[in-house]
Amino acid sequence: MFEALSDKLSGVFDRLRTRGALSETDVGEALREVRLALLDADVALPVVRDFIAKVRERALSTEVLGSVTPGQQIVKIVNDVMVAELGGEGAVPLNLNAAAPIPMLMVGLQGSGKTTTAGKIALRLKERVRKRVLLASLDTQRPAAQLQLAQLGERAGVPSLPIVAGQTPVQIALRAMETGRREGFDVVILDTAGRLSIDEALMEEVKAIRTATNPAETLLVVDAMTGQDAVNTARAFHEALGITGIVLTRMDGDARGGAALSMRAVTGAPIKLMGLGEKLDALEEFHPERVAGRILGMGDIVGLVEKAGETIDQDEAEKLAAKMARGKFDLEDLAAQLRQIGRMGSLSGILGMLPGMGKVKAQLDDAKLDPKILKRQEAIISSMTPKERRAPDIIKASRKKRIASGSGTTVQDVNKLLKQFDDMSAMMKRMNKLGQKGLMRHGLSALLPKGMAQGNRPPGRGF
Amino acid sequence: MALGGFFSRLKEGLSRSTQKLGGGITAVFVRRRLDDAALDELEEVLIGADLGTEAAARVIAAFRRSRFGKEVTDQEVKEALAEEIAAILRPVARPLELDPAHRPHVVLVVGVNGTGKTTTIGKLAQLWHEQGRRPMLVAGDTFRAAAVEQLQIWGQRTSCPVVAGAPEADAAGLAFDALGRARTDGNDVLLVDTAGRLHNKSVLMDELAKIIRVMRKQDPTAPHSVLLVLDATTGQNAIQQVKVFKEMVAVTGLIVTKLDGSARGGIVVALAESFGLPVHAVGVGEQAADLRPFDATDFARGLVGL
Repeated sequence: MFEALSDKLSGVFDRLRTRGALSETDVGEALREVRLALLDADVALPVVRDFIAKVRERALSTEVLGSVTPGQQIVKIVNDVMVAELGGEGAVPLNLNAAAPIPMLMVGLQGSGKTTTAGKIALRLKERVRKRVLLASLDTQRPAAQLQLAQLGERAGVPSLPIVAGQTPVQIALRAMETGRREGFDVVILDTAGRLSIDEALMEEVKAIRTATNPAETLLVVDAMTGQDAVNTARAFHEALGITGIVLTRMDGDARGGAALSMRAVTGAPIKLMGLGEKLDALEEFHPERVAGRILGMGDIVGLVEKAGETIDQDEAEKLAAKMARGKFDLEDLAAQLRQIGRMGSLSGILGMLPGMGKVKAQLDDAKLDPKILKRQEAIISSMTPKERRAPDIIKASRKKRIASGSGTTVQDVNKLLKQFDDMSAMMKRMNKLGQKGLMRHGLSALLPKGMAQGNRPPGRGF
Repeated sequence: MALGGFFSRLKEGLSRSTQKLGGGITAVFVRRRLDDAALDELEEVLIGADLGTEAAARVIAAFRRSRFGKEVTDQEVKEALAEEIAAILRPVARPLELDPAHRPHVVLVVGVNGTGKTTTIGKLAQLWHEQGRRPMLVAGDTFRAAAVEQLQIWGQRTSCPVVAGAPEADAAGLAFDALGRARTDGNDVLLVDTAGRLHNKSVLMDELAKIIRVMRKQDPTAPHSVLLVLDATTGQNAIQQVKVFKEMVAVTGLIVTKLDGSARGGIVVALAESFGLPVHAVGVGEQAADLRPFDATDFARGLVGL
C-alpha cells in the first residue's frame, strides 16, 4: 500500500507540477490520498484527522513545496509522524519498579487474547528476568477460563492460583495477592474476564479489582485486527482504569494494524508488547518504526531478518558458505537450503515482509503459488541416491524416471530442479571468480546470468 | 421465541452500538441542504462504522444520485440511508436451514482466534435442542488450553453429548469418529468446533481442509454447512479473512458476534457487496439466548440509529 501511496502521491504532484508552483491546496490533495490509505489500514477516523493535521503542518513548514520530489517528501513526513505517534523509536519495557509481589492487571474485550498473553508474559518474566510469577484468573464468566490459564501456566512452567469455585473476581484477586505475599512471588498476573467497554456492571467490577490490588501495570490487550471501534474501547478502558500499557495481539496475521495508532493516540499509553503467534514464546517488544512501516504497507524488513536469524541453523549456514567458497555445492546442500526456507513459513508471508513486494505478492496470490513446491523439490532430492546428489551429472533419462516415480513427481519436475541447481552452481562459480572486489564493483548484477540482470527483475521498486 | 420479544432484544443490543453513529448523523443533519460537504461528512460517519472507504463511497454515490441538493431533515436522511444499506444486506439475510435429508447435518465452525466460535456453538446447540433436535458437539479445538472443557460445559448446559479426544489429538480423526458416532446414535446435527487460526497461516488452513477431506470418507456430502464466525470489532481485515476461508474451506455462511459492544459491524455491508455470503445470525451477548437471526432492515435501521 505504501508503494501504491507513494505512486499515487507522485501522480498527484506530476499533474500539478505542470501548473508551476505548488500551493497549499495541492498539498491538501496529496493528503487526501494519505487519509484514504490510513483509513484502509483501520486507523480510526478522529485519529486520522489529527494525524493529517500534523502532517499538513510539517509539510507546509518544510521544503515540500519547493522540492523536486514533493511526493517522496510527503511520504517521508508521513512515516516520521507515524513513528513519532506510535511512541518514537525503541520499546518501553514492563514496569517492575514496585514492591513485590508486583500486581499486573490484564484487561480487554472478549477474545482479544488476554489469557494467552498472560501466559506469555509469565514465561517472559520467568525466563528473561528470573522473576517468580503467579498466574491468577479472575474470569468467572466464560466457561473453563480459569482452567485455561491453569493449563497455560503448566505449559509455561509457572504456578497458578488454585481454583476455588464460587469466589467473586475481587475475592480471587485479594487471595492471589495474599498468596503472592505469603509464598514470596515477585509478580502476580491478574487475568480478568473479557468485557465490553459499555457494560457498566462489568466495568465497575474491574474498577473494584483495580482499587483492591493497585496494579503496577494495567495492560489493555487489543486485537491487531480491530477496526474503528479501537478508539471507543481504548477511551472507555482508559477513563475507567488508567491504562499503563497496551499489548497488541495477532500481529502474526496480515492486518495492517492501524488500531495500534488509534489506541496509542487515545490513551497516550505506550504499546509495550506484541503477540506474534500461538506459542507461548511468541511475544515481542513493540518497535514503533517497524509497525509504522506495516501500517503504511512498507513491509517489515527487520522482522524478516530476525525471522531468518531465528530459524536458520547457524552451523548449517556456515558449512554451506564454506562449501560454496570451495565451489563444492551439491544437491544435499540445496535440500538443506530448501528445508531452511520451508521453516521460515509461507513464501507469501516472507514476501509480505519485503518492502515493495506488495505487487509481486498480489501476483503470486493470483497465480496461486503452490506452497508445496518446496516440499516437492525436497522430495525429489530425497529420492536420489547419495551418489546422484553429490554428482548430479550422472542423472540421465532412466535415473530421472526413477526419481520422478519415487518422489511422486514428473520427469519435467526433476528437470526443472536440475536446471535450477545448474543455475545456482553457475552463479556460485561466477561469485568465486569475481571474488570480494568484483562483487563490490559490479554489485549483485554481476552474479546473474547474462540477460537476467535487466529482464527478470520483479516489478515494483526492487529490493 | 416470540417475535416481538426478539425485536426488542435485538434493538436493545444494537442501540448501544448505534448511539454514536446515530448521534453523528443527527449532528450532521439537523436540517440542511444535502451538498458536497454534507455528503462528505455522511461518508465519514459510515467509515467510522467500519464500512470501509470503498463501500462507504459507493453508498454515498447512490445516495447522491437520488438526494443531492434537497433540503433534508435528520429523520429523512436516516430513513433513506437505512433503506440504502438494507437493500445491500437483504439478499444475504438468510437463516441457517438444516437439511433433514442429512443425518446428521454436519456444521463445521471456523474462524480466526477469539471470534467466539465455541460460544456460538453453545448457543446453536441450545437453540436446536429447544427446537427438538438432537445435536452432538465435537470439541475439535484440541490446541487451545481448556477449549475442550469450555465446550463440555456448554454440552452440560444444553444437554447435548460432546465428543472429545486427548489434548493435541488430531482434529480430523476426531471429527471422523464423531461423525460415525452421530450416525449410529441418530443425532440429526453434528456441530464441529475447530481451533481458531489466522487465515494467513497456510499450514493451519491445510489442517482445516484435511478435517473436511477426512469427514467425507464417512459422508461424501459433509460438511453441509461451513460457518465462519466473525468478530464485529474487526476492521478491514475481515475481507481478507472471508476471502481466504472461503477459498480454503468453501464457507457457506457467516455469523457475526459481539454486536452488543460499541463496534458497529459495518464491515458486514462491505462483505455483503464483495462476497454475497449469507449472514445467518448475530451474537449480542454471552448467554445461550443471545444469538439472533440476522435481519437486514433491523440491522440497517439499528446501524443508523432508528
